[in-house]
Amino acid sequence: MSMGMALAILGAALSTALAGIGSSVGVGWGGQAAAGVVSEDPDQFAKVLILQLLPGTQGIYGLLVTFITLSQIGVLGGDPVTDTYTGMMYLFACLPIAIVGLISGFYQGKTSVASINLVAKRPDQFGKAMLFPAMVETYAILALLVSILAVTNIK
Amino acid sequence: MAIVNMQKLSICANQKHRREIVAVLQNMGIIELNMSELEEDPDLQTEDTNSSRTKYEKRAQSFEQALAQLKAYAPQDGDKPGLFFEKKDIPRSRLDEAVRNRHKYNVAAADILQAEKKISECTGIIQKDENQKLALTPWMNLDIPMDFSGTRSTSVLIGTLPGTLTEADVYAAAARNMPEPAAVDAHVVSSENSLTNIVVVCLSREAAQVEENLRASGFSRPSQTEDGTPKQICEKYDAEIEAQKKEIEEQKARIVSYKDWRSDFRLMSDYYTTRADRYRMLGQIPQTKNVFFLEGWLPADKAADVSALLTDRFGAYVETEQKREDELEPTLLHNNPFSRNAEGVLESYGLPQHGRVDPTFVMSIFYVIFFGMMLSDAGYGIVMTIACLVILLKKKKLEEGLAKMLKLFFWCGLSTTFWGFMYGGFFGDAIDVAAKTFFGYTGDTILKPLWFAPLEDPMKLLVYCLLFGLIHLFFGLGMKGYEDLKAKDITGFISDVLSWYLFILGLVLMLVPSSLFASMAGVQITFPAWLNMLARIMAIAGAVIILIMSGRDRGNHWAIRIALGAYDLYGVTSWLSDLLSYSRLLALGMATGVIASVVNMMGSMFGSGPVGVIVFIVVFLLGHTLNIGINALGAYVHTNRLQYVEFFNKFYDAGGRKFNPFRTSSKYFNIKEEKLQ
Repeated sequence: MSMGMALAILGAALSTALAGIGSSVGVGWGGQAAAGVVSEDPDQFAKVLILQLLPGTQGIYGLLVTFITLSQIGVLGGDPVTDTYTGMMYLFACLPIAIVGLISGFYQGKTSVASINLVAKRPDQFGKAMLFPAMVETYAILALLVSILAVTNIK
Repeated sequence: MAIVNMQKLSICANQKHRREIVAVLQNMGIIELNMSELEEDPDLQTEDTNSSRTKYEKRAQSFEQALAQLKAYAPQDGDKPGLFFEKKDIPRSRLDEAVRNRHKYNVAAADILQAEKKISECTGIIQKDENQKLALTPWMNLDIPMDFSGTRSTSVLIGTLPGTLTEADVYAAAARNMPEPAAVDAHVVSSENSLTNIVVVCLSREAAQVEENLRASGFSRPSQTEDGTPKQICEKYDAEIEAQKKEIEEQKARIVSYKDWRSDFRLMSDYYTTRADRYRMLGQIPQTKNVFFLEGWLPADKAADVSALLTDRFGAYVETEQKREDELEPTLLHNNPFSRNAEGVLESYGLPQHGRVDPTFVMSIFYVIFFGMMLSDAGYGIVMTIACLVILLKKKKLEEGLAKMLKLFFWCGLSTTFWGFMYGGFFGDAIDVAAKTFFGYTGDTILKPLWFAPLEDPMKLLVYCLLFGLIHLFFGLGMKGYEDLKAKDITGFISDVLSWYLFILGLVLMLVPSSLFASMAGVQITFPAWLNMLARIMAIAGAVIILIMSGRDRGNHWAIRIALGAYDLYGVTSWLSDLLSYSRLLALGMATGVIASVVNMMGSMFGSGPVGVIVFIVVFLLGHTLNIGINALGAYVHTNRLQYVEFFNKFYDAGGRKFNPFRTSSKYFNIKEEKLQ
């Protein structure tokens, strides 16, 4: 085992771990708000559930990058990393989704809470309420894209 | 792709037909009544129908409550309306018959509610008795009545002292300041929670002294003193509880005896709701002593029929009206059978105003394509298609909005299947994993993508995604151009639409042969020299038009005009960010495929034995269910976003008001009504 391999694994672990933390915090906040709404108006269950789930995608993006990384560095396929620099490259390539996943998860969670409150007051405005958290997610998607492109292109 | 033309009618008819006409209009359900204009007229009055309306609303509510009780005590299939609830069709005669018997149903509903009231009373009594019994538990060992005060010469003190005490302690407390040996007999009945329940027997003449002593130690008598030993009292309570339980059973049986009346109750609930609506409307109708007036919008092609009907049958005077300046016509959309399903998507953003373009048709096509690209798994697509199809075939009378949604997802499912095969995903790589794990297959990939696998060349797919995005955005711009041309605004068309086409297309054509593009796409494309020149000319021409014409409403203030133009030109950055936004087509598409492969990999970890097969099946079902759920949600949200934010941004600004006709708002049944031919 080389130092490079350890760094690459660190990158893979960080992308699932940090993005997962972001998502779980976001979905957690959303769930609290959603439970409050359902206690008053059980008919809104499906709508607020969707809004609660919106910040959950960061964790999946993190998992995605982890999986692609692992299948490139000899854990689930590909060739093992032998030199430290390649390992560092994998680590850095994983950082966008790790960091942006963490922070955008928080903010998307907050936006979801606000949207859930919106739906509680105006259930007919669901379409618009859904958009606000989706806006935050754009940046997680961009980070995911950069991480994927970087990881898949490391030779 | 169209907004239905609307016609405003004003109706004037004799008072004696008032209720009948309102009922006919309600049953037809194609006219949106709005009397706000007439209300300001001081010569017209409205009738106060609040009391009738409230009465009917209450009746409807009592049937709803009765149904809720039946649901609680005699549950049956179909009690829960559920997501895919469909209204039943019933003939008019069935309703008429039920209405004739309405007295019977009202009595029944009241009976159920009374039974329910009785049940809650009984439950209250049981609760109270249980509490009393609980308070008596510490005294159960006492074999004299709780209110026993003594014999002729002795007194008995029954009560509680704080602290956990022995009989000696109690004796000491009771016999304080009394000569030894005092004639005091102390018993501890029980002690718990730092309370000691005691019985003290003493001479009657010393009772005051003993009680005084005990009080000094915190003695208190029990709160309830009923006749009989604790055991007897408990038995009494038990008997009462039994009786109440029996009563509850009887009342339940009384409620359950109505279990076959459900559909009648539902019918009556609908009937009274409809009546309440009608009376609400009647309360808004402006009238004089002899005539009343109505005003409302309806689809223009129905106007002639409706006015003919009202004139012939009721001798009403019907007139077509012009739209007032400050009035907004209600919007009703009419689209082809495919695009119609996406109307709900448009509606949740906002409906178009009259005179503007209805984007449903173009949107529906891109909606289905983009959804498919994001979910992009043939297996998931097939599951979705079949699920939607089954529900649609089984439930033919779903509520309209829901049915449209399901149909839209049916098409999205087909598109998902298509893109799945293009990308080579069928439950991820399930076929290959199963073949390798269980059948020892070692050859090439079995299910080859028809196009290419995104994971193998993400850059190539990214370029295609951006291309699809560009096409989508150009369609959006085209819609704006269409509106401009329809309004005969040629200047607007050239300066706001054509200029951007030239500018963006020119820029793209300049980018394609560059080394930047080559490194992204992996292919170097070389254009002939004339095309390169043309690209430059287009970009420059577009930019110049934008620069000069964007601020054209400023007339000859050229400095401001150019500044505004420059600012608009800066808007090219928004095109860039809009385009990059389409990279989500790639990201979400890959997410589905990769997570699906993770699921398959986890499933195949236990090898090929019988355990392996079982684990594979379990993991496969759970994992793919989760993945299809979360990715379908993602695809839905982000497809909407691409339409709402990127596409609509180019031309659409909603602002329409939904056509909301006056109709029967029934919950359970559709009544086959007289309809216009």
